[in-house]
Amino acid sequence: MPATSTNVPEPSRTDPDLLRNFCIIAHIDHGKSTLADRMLQITGVVDQRQMRAQYLDRMDIERERGITIKSQAVRLPWSPSEGEERSGTHHILNMIDTPGHVDFTYEVSRSLAACEGCILLVDAAQGIEAQTLANLYLAMENDLTIIPVLNKIDLPAAQPEKFAAELANLVGCEPEDVLRVSAKTGVGVPELLDRVVRDVPAPVGVKDAPARAMIFDSVYDAYRGVVTYVKVVDGTLNKRERIRMMSTGAAHELLEIGTNSPEMKAADGLSVGEVGYLITGVKDVRQSKVGDTITQLNNGATEALGGYKDPKPMVFSGLYPLDGSDYPELREALDKLQLNDAALVYEPETSAALGFGFRVGFLGLLHLEVIRERLEREFNLALIATAPNVVYQVDMEDGAHHEVTNPSEFPTGKIDKVHEPVVRATILAPSEFIGAIMELCQTRRGTLLGMDYLSEDRVEIRYTLPLAEVVFDFFDQLKSKTRGYASLDYEPTGEQVADLVKVDILLHGDKVDAFSAICHKDKAYAYGVRLVGKLRELIPRQGFEVPIQAAIGSRVIARETVRAIRKDVLAKCYGGDISRKRKLLEKQKEGKKRMKMVGSVEVPQEAFIAVLSSDSDGDKKK
Amino acid sequence: MDPMPSALPDGEPMPGDGALPAAALTGAADRPLGFYLHVPYCATRCGYCDFNTYTASELRGPGGALASRETYADHLVEEIRLARKVLGDDPRQVETVFVGGGTPTLLPAADLGRMLAAIRDEFGLAPDAEITTEANPETVDPRYLDGLLAGGFNRVSFGMQSARPHVLKILDRTHTPGRPEACVAEARAAGFAHVNLDLIYGTPGESDDDWRASLDAALAAGPDHVSAYALIVEEGTQLARRIRRGEVPMTDDDVHADRYLIADERLAAAGFRWYEVSNWATTDAARCRHNELYWTGADWWGAGPGAHSHVGGVRWWNVKHPGAYAQALTEGRSPGAGRELLADEDRRVERILLELRLADGCPLDLLAPAGARAAARALTDGLLEPAPYEAGRAVLTLRGRLLADAVVRDLVD
Repeated sequence: MPATSTNVPEPSRTDPDLLRNFCIIAHIDHGKSTLADRMLQITGVVDQRQMRAQYLDRMDIERERGITIKSQAVRLPWSPSEGEERSGTHHILNMIDTPGHVDFTYEVSRSLAACEGCILLVDAAQGIEAQTLANLYLAMENDLTIIPVLNKIDLPAAQPEKFAAELANLVGCEPEDVLRVSAKTGVGVPELLDRVVRDVPAPVGVKDAPARAMIFDSVYDAYRGVVTYVKVVDGTLNKRERIRMMSTGAAHELLEIGTNSPEMKAADGLSVGEVGYLITGVKDVRQSKVGDTITQLNNGATEALGGYKDPKPMVFSGLYPLDGSDYPELREALDKLQLNDAALVYEPETSAALGFGFRVGFLGLLHLEVIRERLEREFNLALIATAPNVVYQVDMEDGAHHEVTNPSEFPTGKIDKVHEPVVRATILAPSEFIGAIMELCQTRRGTLLGMDYLSEDRVEIRYTLPLAEVVFDFFDQLKSKTRGYASLDYEPTGEQVADLVKVDILLHGDKVDAFSAICHKDKAYAYGVRLVGKLRELIPRQGFEVPIQAAIGSRVIARETVRAIRKDVLAKCYGGDISRKRKLLEKQKEGKKRMKMVGSVEVPQEAFIAVLSSDSDGDKKK
Repeated sequence: MDPMPSALPDGEPMPGDGALPAAALTGAADRPLGFYLHVPYCATRCGYCDFNTYTASELRGPGGALASRETYADHLVEEIRLARKVLGDDPRQVETVFVGGGTPTLLPAADLGRMLAAIRDEFGLAPDAEITTEANPETVDPRYLDGLLAGGFNRVSFGMQSARPHVLKILDRTHTPGRPEACVAEARAAGFAHVNLDLIYGTPGESDDDWRASLDAALAAGPDHVSAYALIVEEGTQLARRIRRGEVPMTDDDVHADRYLIADERLAAAGFRWYEVSNWATTDAARCRHNELYWTGADWWGAGPGAHSHVGGVRWWNVKHPGAYAQALTEGRSPGAGRELLADEDRRVERILLELRLADGCPLDLLAPAGARAAARALTDGLLEPAPYEAGRAVLTLRGRLLADAVVRDLVD
């Protein structure tokens, strides 16, 4: 059992003055989970025997990728050993785990809103990365107290002096104020916990007001239904109370309320400033939305806490089962994933080329990849995903308006204006790559917003970019042009009018809806030529000549031809060849089954996959 | 022609005594029986060849049994005796014998005669039996041919491949241009009724004109049968390596198609008619009856290392290495390495894929409904001849022959 035992303040009866709510902002691989593990150990909430690496990351996929998608809050007791008046007093530290990726900015912002301080954790061998910087700015906007920390100081490649200066510069402190720890060995971690108690302000709320609790995370659990994580801003929530979701007005019974340490532990309630979980019996996270405010059903608060937003998908992709008969399984799998993912939206879609599938909306590319990987891994589905696209708003000359989430539905006729979403992108990289990065951003229709040196040889470059350009292979290109050193973050900032056209691909005169794309007029030709050329390589010769065309409306902009096959016969077939030939035939029949018919043309599924998972040179497999 | 690809198929193990399931022999009397005899020796290995051949004249088995060119005929005779035991009281006489390789004519003519005599002794030869040997133009002369004829052979097949020196060089063929044509004359003079020339087209570096010249030279020599094969670049051959390294160019399929059309045109003009995709003959009597056994599901026993056999729906194949082959026979075991028992559907599919390659075609009533619909489409697409189709047979057109595998894939549905 933990060393701290008897006089630790209990939930619902904790003096807010003894509370410290904080989160850790860090880049993937910079050691956040390891630091969290170490804190669990040092504060005694998890004993040595139970300890396993990255205790807090629940899903396999997170553990494997070493990233955190879903956050949690853990209640840690801590008595500082330094600082005169605090020394020896039991404090309660609530560590709120934040998602680390660009796609989850809104969820991050809600986690940050639940905190009064944050640990900025940076790898002492790598320096700060773009996503971390973006989250740091978010934390600063939320007026959080920042505790800069360099991790992995035990690494031979660590450059603590250099990066301490960088952090000090960013945070506005002295380099000596940057703490140095090794989450792996535990060196410096107790001092860090002391610093949290010393520097992070206690939460300020009104104890005797009607309860207002902000939801900062909502997780579906197969056994318990939805587990909702909240910070009580004002008042107190008590067990078995009736509560109300302020955005929807829906009422629920509070079946259980408690804290995590790190397993769920029921309590009498949660009081002002405290962080914990509650269970109401709802089965779907969309009934318990991140950012929403919870109050009592009777005599509850009248005004919700600010900052609530509905999650809005930014990137769409068509997901189709490779084997058409898997369609019901795909629907079921999406239904299940949606229970735990309020941002996941989808609706059935039919493609002439790919059959029955779904148009799925995502927060961004990582969200897309995580969902796709989970569908393939957890539900054992083989999928074809169409190239990701963004949402376009199309105004027609006759005043009609279309919202386009699927390029093949781009309207024909007289178009007045097309609006596309734009993002503010932040790129951090060694300064030697400035030229390459600016060139890439220029070709992607970017507008330079500004550039700052973070240190002597590292820069922060800010661009406005069309989201469509970012979702199409931007990150891979950025990585390859900077030998992997650049990091990227982006946030949606609005829309712009752009000169966009739809490019269709026709096989033997038939439009292949899965290959339609919306792109800038100046790039349509290059896109058409590239795709048509690639298809020519991938489509086997058929019994007849197959023209492959790229067209804007009825205007053909590129054309290739797959010549008719003239010879498909084995020269020799004698006694010893017969078994071999029959077996070859069986194999070829199998291969034929994996062909999709597009009109009269047999297209190998590999061609769809290769074209759709495309990057510019086409040989990369996702 | 050699029924021996380089790789053996997967199958079930062969019983030690080589015994066949009883069902394999039911109705045997209605099927012709042939023998294929394999001679696995070559003076040199050609760069395109992936057959089971060896340039060493002596090869030892794991137990020390020796397979040498000198003793090779003895081992083969032993397998023929084993065949007699396995086939039991099967009353059939042998209709065809085909000696292939390798280079059978590296052995003395008397040895080939001895193998044939063993078949005659054990099974009896039908009065009009077709007895063929492959021959390398460099290894035969009039005396040798006389010897073959005296031994009972009545058909000889020469590997000419090309009339052009630069093409022969790519193929590693050692004979001088003109020699195969002279062989035809010598064989005719010796008294052989049937003479075949094998040709290869589409060799890297060969032009359309080179190919025409080869056809013309072959036809001028006066054979009654021509086999013309597109060069197949087999994995693992020297030629495949040279192509991969970019030393010689790979021939395009369209070039193969053009050469095939040239061949069919020249051969037809000279009075030859195709009867199988790669085989042409002047008369029905000039067709290779032995090869027709392969294509019509008849029975044949393949003797020699790596040789394949088929009797009544059982296909089996011998161990490949001559030493291991000799070892098995020395120890009184079957040299069979594995076999497969064909299911009814396998036999139906094989019939379609083999018979569709023949000028006689395959009966439409062999096709399942989906295959029959595919046949109707193939007719519309100009891949099947209309007249035989009306009469209930699927017969490939000239264009259809070039796309035979594609047609088969549709018809077996």
